[in-house]
Amino acid sequence: MSLDSGPMRSEPVVQVQALVKRYGTKTAVDGLDLVARPGVTAVLGPNGAGKTTTVETCEGYRKPDSGTVRVLGLDPVGQAAQLRPRIGVMLQSGGVYSGARAEEMLRHVARLHAHPLDVDELIERLGLGSCGRTSYRRLSGGQKQRLALAMAVVGRPELVFLDEPTAGLDPQARRATWDLVRDLRADGVSVILTTHAMDEAEELADDVAIVDAGKVIAQGSPEELCRGGAENTLRFTGRPGLDITSLLKALPDDCSAAEVTPGTYRVDGEVGPQLLATVTSWCAQHGVMPDRIAVERHTLEDVFLELTGKELRS
Amino acid sequence: MTTATSPRTGRYAPRPGAAPLPRMIAAQAALETKMLLRNGEQLLLTVVIPTLLLVLFSSVDIVDTGAGRSVDFLTPGVLALAVMSTAFTGQAIATGFERRYGVLKRLAASPLPRWGLMTAKTASVLVTEVLQVVLLTVIAVALGWSPHGNPLAVVLLLVLGTAAFSGLGLLMAGTLKAEATLAAANLVFLLLLVGGGVIVPLDKFPSGAQGVLGLLPISALSDGLRDVLRHGAGMPWGDLGILAVWAVAGLAAAAKCFRWE
Repeated sequence: MSLDSGPMRSEPVVQVQALVKRYGTKTAVDGLDLVARPGVTAVLGPNGAGKTTTVETCEGYRKPDSGTVRVLGLDPVGQAAQLRPRIGVMLQSGGVYSGARAEEMLRHVARLHAHPLDVDELIERLGLGSCGRTSYRRLSGGQKQRLALAMAVVGRPELVFLDEPTAGLDPQARRATWDLVRDLRADGVSVILTTHAMDEAEELADDVAIVDAGKVIAQGSPEELCRGGAENTLRFTGRPGLDITSLLKALPDDCSAAEVTPGTYRVDGEVGPQLLATVTSWCAQHGVMPDRIAVERHTLEDVFLELTGKELRS
Repeated sequence: MTTATSPRTGRYAPRPGAAPLPRMIAAQAALETKMLLRNGEQLLLTVVIPTLLLVLFSSVDIVDTGAGRSVDFLTPGVLALAVMSTAFTGQAIATGFERRYGVLKRLAASPLPRWGLMTAKTASVLVTEVLQVVLLTVIAVALGWSPHGNPLAVVLLLVLGTAAFSGLGLLMAGTLKAEATLAAANLVFLLLLVGGGVIVPLDKFPSGAQGVLGLLPISALSDGLRDVLRHGAGMPWGDLGILAVWAVAGLAAAAKCFRWE
């Protein structure tokens, strides 16, 4: 996502320095540093990495054991009264009276703000109109999520914290959430979202911070993070047993090529338009029709798994 | 990598700000009251049970309420019970579940300050109590009740009683699990209903127990209301004093121990 259409890179909206937070003997956050600039920042990490604790410290729910946290330049605990009207918070779950209706609760949160969004429009946009007179406890998981999202944005905040906003949503609701996040960003609202959905981070974030074991272990734009990994791969299929020595000659020196299984060829290197053209013209010269040709880019998922390991965590 | 960007519409452009405090508190109090009146179990506790007790025990001579008409004995007790049902039992259970379901947590991130939330809760309790008092008074008068006494003393007793029960209710809601609060608040309601001079005069209990039971907030409230409304007594300072001690102790403990999550 290019930044020229969005907010300017300026003062950080969130600044976390050497944050430590323990629960009893367990260290949830262990010297975490994070700077989030205007735009969308995704905090990505496996379960138990310390994402929620970090975000909840920014929201003023938890006092750091050590380290400093500044949100919009304010101390979330000491200057909570100034900060609260300026931020929107979506909790991972709950937050609504079990007997309240979706619209009723959203209107209530709107009433606590000076210049709220149009509630009807927000209800329509997030597809909450069908909830009607249903009380919160009888809403579906997806409806509850969307209500929580609406409650986070209705007060027209400068900065929105979304804790796993699309966990458990169906694809349509997921898209609707993504679209809203993009619109918020376009209108200059900053968003901090935690997720373990890689595609979500890739789709939405200007900046991704990968958190593991209570620390940020990598941060950058999705492109930067993906570029950091190994080279890319191009695969194509053709007749088995082609002589690839002439292909190797045509390719740049730092590329390699091989027939990995009969009829499937693989080229490793800096895959760009030029390399693709080289491969296809070689195919043309040799009368090869590449039935399938695919560029395999490193996804954020590859980077994430590389950094955090592939074993299951307990 | 990113497939779409949105055009700037200005619809979501930041325009943060808290609503004026009185508006926030009024909105919160209105919502809390609505939630309470919508909740069937709460209504059973705050409206149905006091009404039934008043009608039943006034019309049928089950408990010996001493000399005079039983409605004159029962009404002050039932009014005390109504205060307890709303300020203590109802508030404890509702707040316990609000804590459990993250409502208190979510509201803590809203522009409404905590004291504003507590003010709204108190206002909601008072509104409910006014409705209860009106309803019970109408029924009692229909049953032949003729109250006496200084209205100011009655109001003072009701307010101090509310403060005492609110403190205890919030202490319970803020420290126990929601299910434990539900069970304990109902149990305490039942025990105090029987042992707090509401429908059974305290002098029916052994004299050793009377002294202890008389110090309970429900006994002080029902006894004070009875002194004023039945016997036309002046300010019941003793009962007001007991209620004040409970109020200070309960609210202080709640303020100190209340956990918001």
